[in-house]
Amino acid sequence: MRISSTAVETLIRQRKSLRRELLERPNLLQVRVAILGGSTTNEVADFLEVLLLDKGIQPIFYQSAYNRYFEEAVIDPSQLINFRPDIVYVYTSSANIQNFPPLDASESDFSEYASAERARFAAIWNAIHDRLGCLVVQNNFELPSYRILGNFDCVSPGGQARFINRANDEFAREASLRPKLFINDLNSIAATIGLARFHDAKRWFAYKLISTPEGSLAIAKSVAAIIGSIYGRSHKCLVLDLDNTVWGGVIGDDGPDNIAIGKETAQAEAYTAFQEYCLRLRERGVILAVCSKNSEPLAKQGFDHPDSVLRLSDFSCFKANWEPKTENLKSIATELNIGLDSLVFVDDNPAEREFVSSQLPEVTVPNVGDDIVNFISVLEEGRYFETIALSREDLDRARQYETNTLRLQEQSQFASYEDYLDSLDMVAEIAPLRPVYFDRVAQLINKTNQFNLTSKRYTFADIEQIASDESYITLYAKLTDKFGDSGLISVIIGRKERRSLHVDLWLMSCRVIKRDVELAMLDSLVAICQQHDVTEIYGYYIRSEKNDMVSDHYAKLRFECINGNDDQRSVWRLVLTADYVRRNRHIKELVGAEHVVSVGTHLSRYPR
Amino acid sequence: MPNMLSQLEPIFRDILDNSRLNLTRESNASNVAGWDSLAHINLISAIEQQFGIGFTLGELQELKNVGEMIDLMERKLAIR
Repeated sequence: MRISSTAVETLIRQRKSLRRELLERPNLLQVRVAILGGSTTNEVADFLEVLLLDKGIQPIFYQSAYNRYFEEAVIDPSQLINFRPDIVYVYTSSANIQNFPPLDASESDFSEYASAERARFAAIWNAIHDRLGCLVVQNNFELPSYRILGNFDCVSPGGQARFINRANDEFAREASLRPKLFINDLNSIAATIGLARFHDAKRWFAYKLISTPEGSLAIAKSVAAIIGSIYGRSHKCLVLDLDNTVWGGVIGDDGPDNIAIGKETAQAEAYTAFQEYCLRLRERGVILAVCSKNSEPLAKQGFDHPDSVLRLSDFSCFKANWEPKTENLKSIATELNIGLDSLVFVDDNPAEREFVSSQLPEVTVPNVGDDIVNFISVLEEGRYFETIALSREDLDRARQYETNTLRLQEQSQFASYEDYLDSLDMVAEIAPLRPVYFDRVAQLINKTNQFNLTSKRYTFADIEQIASDESYITLYAKLTDKFGDSGLISVIIGRKERRSLHVDLWLMSCRVIKRDVELAMLDSLVAICQQHDVTEIYGYYIRSEKNDMVSDHYAKLRFECINGNDDQRSVWRLVLTADYVRRNRHIKELVGAEHVVSVGTHLSRYPR
Repeated sequence: MPNMLSQLEPIFRDILDNSRLNLTRESNASNVAGWDSLAHINLISAIEQQFGIGFTLGELQELKNVGEMIDLMERKLAIR
């Protein structure tokens, strides 16, 4: 059973047995979540637990005493500090607004009340930042269940509806300035369900719960999506069927000119709206792919239709053939270098959905039904592509996968792989971690599973601390080539113990695999180690479900295996000598002062 | 009307995660393991949902055991 699409009644009844089953899954990532509640938090925590377990995350909870969210953060944080949370979730609601402006408030009163409310919450965020340095998820405010001034409530400076809208805007501004503060948009969650179905006066008075069970589940789904996104569990790719999914009709039967798309009929408009939705996902970094039973040339003609919103070039991978869809989905994952669990597959045909979900349980197959008008709301409800921030990398991602396809085409024209690598005109910037990249480094650390030697996870706060700690040697690499900028794609964290360096973390994004970046990284690592009088580098490989591809990483780098009997874990050593010969021969490296100016530079500045 | 106790038992067994629970009219929060305040919320929500009835705030406060709950439910179902 897929927890995310299970009805609330079933979840309430089966929660404990589901929890037991989910806890038996292997490789759960433990995350410590402290919930500071302005009302009863248990119900949301219970739902959140099974939803996160379903994503492979095992939350360890601390729940504050009832309505002590402010005190436990600001006045007496000892319990919170002892708990050592990775994430603090401040579970507050409109019931926790301390002072609404009075009915006769002026505009300036209104602003003062709003600032006071923001300041009270800012004190919580500051206290958590200063004492724990961890991430904060903060509910904003839902609209109240009644409006004493009716429609004027959202206009008058004394109106509660207007005040809540303002307070939410204040929270949004704070969150945009604080990289570790994430807003859980309670306002939208309650509105999506409907305030009348969200609020429940009886549960409030009887149990101090702010919402119906349905409301608690919606809140938990949203928070699970945020936490999943923080730990890289969001999906990356939307895979689309074609006939009756991105256009109406069957292109093979009806012909490319007769598919339903455009503004001519209600049905065509609905398909157009869905294509627009897919295109917007692509613009924010979701990869698009096609998986359809069709003849490829005919299928491609569908995107030449003058009213088609999506163009062939919007797809990073296009599989239209008569093979089983499961085979095509596997090829899509392989070609894009992402896991099957990063795919969301949309198909109007229930038989295909059933076949894929039974054969490839890793692939997410939402039950979109067969009516195009519901596709968007079903995808939205699943919160599959949740993002906590929109990074430059996200906005460029679709293009990066496109340029990867160009690179593959180029590769076939060269006599040797070495010639091909040279032809790419690669330039790497390799340097110790610095604050401007902490966000991206945290993102990469928590979502890189394949080229990851130890799969150790670090929070933003850990990275901040390590980067400023002299007993660590850290490196990041950014790579550009003639097709474009791949951004920051590799990280090393090494811990110094006397004259040895222990490489606790070495990872690389799969989009730059087989480009010799690891050789350039090793060269830089050796150079820094030699400056720090380090004489030996110890590398560790810890097997996970997904990192088989790097089991021979250190062997390839000519490290000596000093403890390799264990299939699950091996230790490797490289003794540094003065005559170390640099390994990288295909990537030009930027060094020294150039680092500072090299952000976003392009190759024209470094002619070969 | 079928025996209400036998209809309630599976709900209690699921929510309290105890497949061997024997529910009686005398069962209450102090003599059934795991029936804490949160489980109570879940029990009430599940019963209200399954039988399509609603307990009022006053009724919720007065219930002393499963027997009283069944009597109340039967009154509500009879006048529906």
